[in-house]
Amino acid sequence: MRRVVVVGAGPAGTAAARAAASFGVEVVLIDAAPTPGGRHRWDARGAGARAELPDEVEHLPESAVWAIEPVPGGHRVHVRTGPVDGPERTGRAIEARALVLATGAHDRALPFPGWDLPGVCTAGAARAMARDQGIAVGERVIVAGTGPFLLSAAVSLVEAGARVTAIFEAGDPVPGFITRPGGALAGWTKAGELARYAATLARHDVPLCRRSAVIAAFGKDRVEAVLAARLDRDWRPVPHSLRRFEVDAVAVGFGFTPQLELAVAARCDLEDGFVAVNAAQATSVPGVFAAGDLTGVGGADLAAAEGAVAGAAAAKLLGARVRAPIGAMRRVRAGRRFAAALAEAYPLRPGWREWLREDTPVCRCEEVAYGAFRRAVEELDVGDARVLELATGAGLGLCQGRICGRSVAELAGLPETADAFARRPIAAPVRLGELAEDVPVDEGP
Amino acid sequence: MRVRVDGEERIAEEGQTVAAVLLAAGRDSWRTTRFGGRPRGLFCGIGVCFDCLVVVNGVPDVRACLRPVAEGDDIRSQDGAEVPS
Repeated sequence: MRRVVVVGAGPAGTAAARAAASFGVEVVLIDAAPTPGGRHRWDARGAGARAELPDEVEHLPESAVWAIEPVPGGHRVHVRTGPVDGPERTGRAIEARALVLATGAHDRALPFPGWDLPGVCTAGAARAMARDQGIAVGERVIVAGTGPFLLSAAVSLVEAGARVTAIFEAGDPVPGFITRPGGALAGWTKAGELARYAATLARHDVPLCRRSAVIAAFGKDRVEAVLAARLDRDWRPVPHSLRRFEVDAVAVGFGFTPQLELAVAARCDLEDGFVAVNAAQATSVPGVFAAGDLTGVGGADLAAAEGAVAGAAAAKLLGARVRAPIGAMRRVRAGRRFAAALAEAYPLRPGWREWLREDTPVCRCEEVAYGAFRRAVEELDVGDARVLELATGAGLGLCQGRICGRSVAELAGLPETADAFARRPIAAPVRLGELAEDVPVDEGP
Repeated sequence: MRVRVDGEERIAEEGQTVAAVLLAAGRDSWRTTRFGGRPRGLFCGIGVCFDCLVVVNGVPDVRACLRPVAEGDDIRSQDGAEVPS
């Protein structure tokens, strides 16, 4: 039990593992990918990215944590290790006194007509495919959504050889940054990065259109064209502003959704859809810490700083002599101001609902059309996510509402939308045979 | 390394994901949906949407965006909900 288990090897998780190990405690770092570093990093050169791990950290790559449960004095973490979704994975249950959750976030995609066509993908998918695999998702690509991450995705696409026709930013972010000068100042390191992106995009003649969005995609078996519109303040399409573009790919991103299932399974309190933590990154559950995008989206630097604090706090819980990580705590405070300014500058506005048509799938897995969804919601008293799932079918599919959950909760007018679908006792897919298997329990030192 | 994509031999590189091999082969979809039979391919790229499911070595429901290719992998399109062969 005298060990720290860190889940997720992005900037937050690797920093947590390094920090805890530096104080001499045993650390196991579990991650789905074959190599540490995480997938959706804000910037390629960000602190903590592609970090070398010290020998003291036991790194479990290609490992999925599919459940965690409380045991006396800590938590038991259930892991399957081996090629993703393959039948030859091996099971293991690891017990830990301190648990650091750094499971990150994924792009949020809003539904729109044609968003289910091949060739439409998230900005994160386009960026990862370009940066990690050297493949552009299309030859002529439009990037659309909201947030500075769109610029990063567009740059990655250009560098992978795509022609980016335009970036459509649904928001009008400048006023937000002006009303929060403290936040903008705190994000000063990011300003240089944004300037570099802007220079690259200008060199490749990529226009950035504010208050505009892709509101429909067309094609038979793949995207062939899109319709873009100017938006009003609430993101409703402005009449007579529609323009058609021939493209073979669209990358969309409307901010990020934290991967909350393990935190919810551990019964951590949430706040505004993120895991609530104190100054030591401790959650409401003793022995469970959280760091990175789980606690709020603010980029790799903030994630790494939070990880360093969480790792130190976890080591201290195990009785290690720990120096207060003052530098990291200061970076966390500055980063949080930047994250707050970011959230304020790029809000989602409700007018996206007007992009939907009767036959637009709101749930991709179960192929639930908006018209049928709306009628089911009108006919039945849908008070929470479980009832909504059963009444409409939305969120019942393989992704378990990860993609559509927040959007359908908003469409149905549920009170808690950010985490309505986050309760997933089985956090990662396991095959029935794996579930039935008796696995060794590693109680540790 | 050598892999097969729907019966056709392809050269893949160490570190590539199955989705990258499929995209590099000019494919933009490799699965059909269970109800509408609609084509699907890469969407989230991070293993959460389950759109890019594919059959690898006879095992269905493998997320192509996460799975690294291995020498000799037999990659096949997935038709709706398939049972392991």
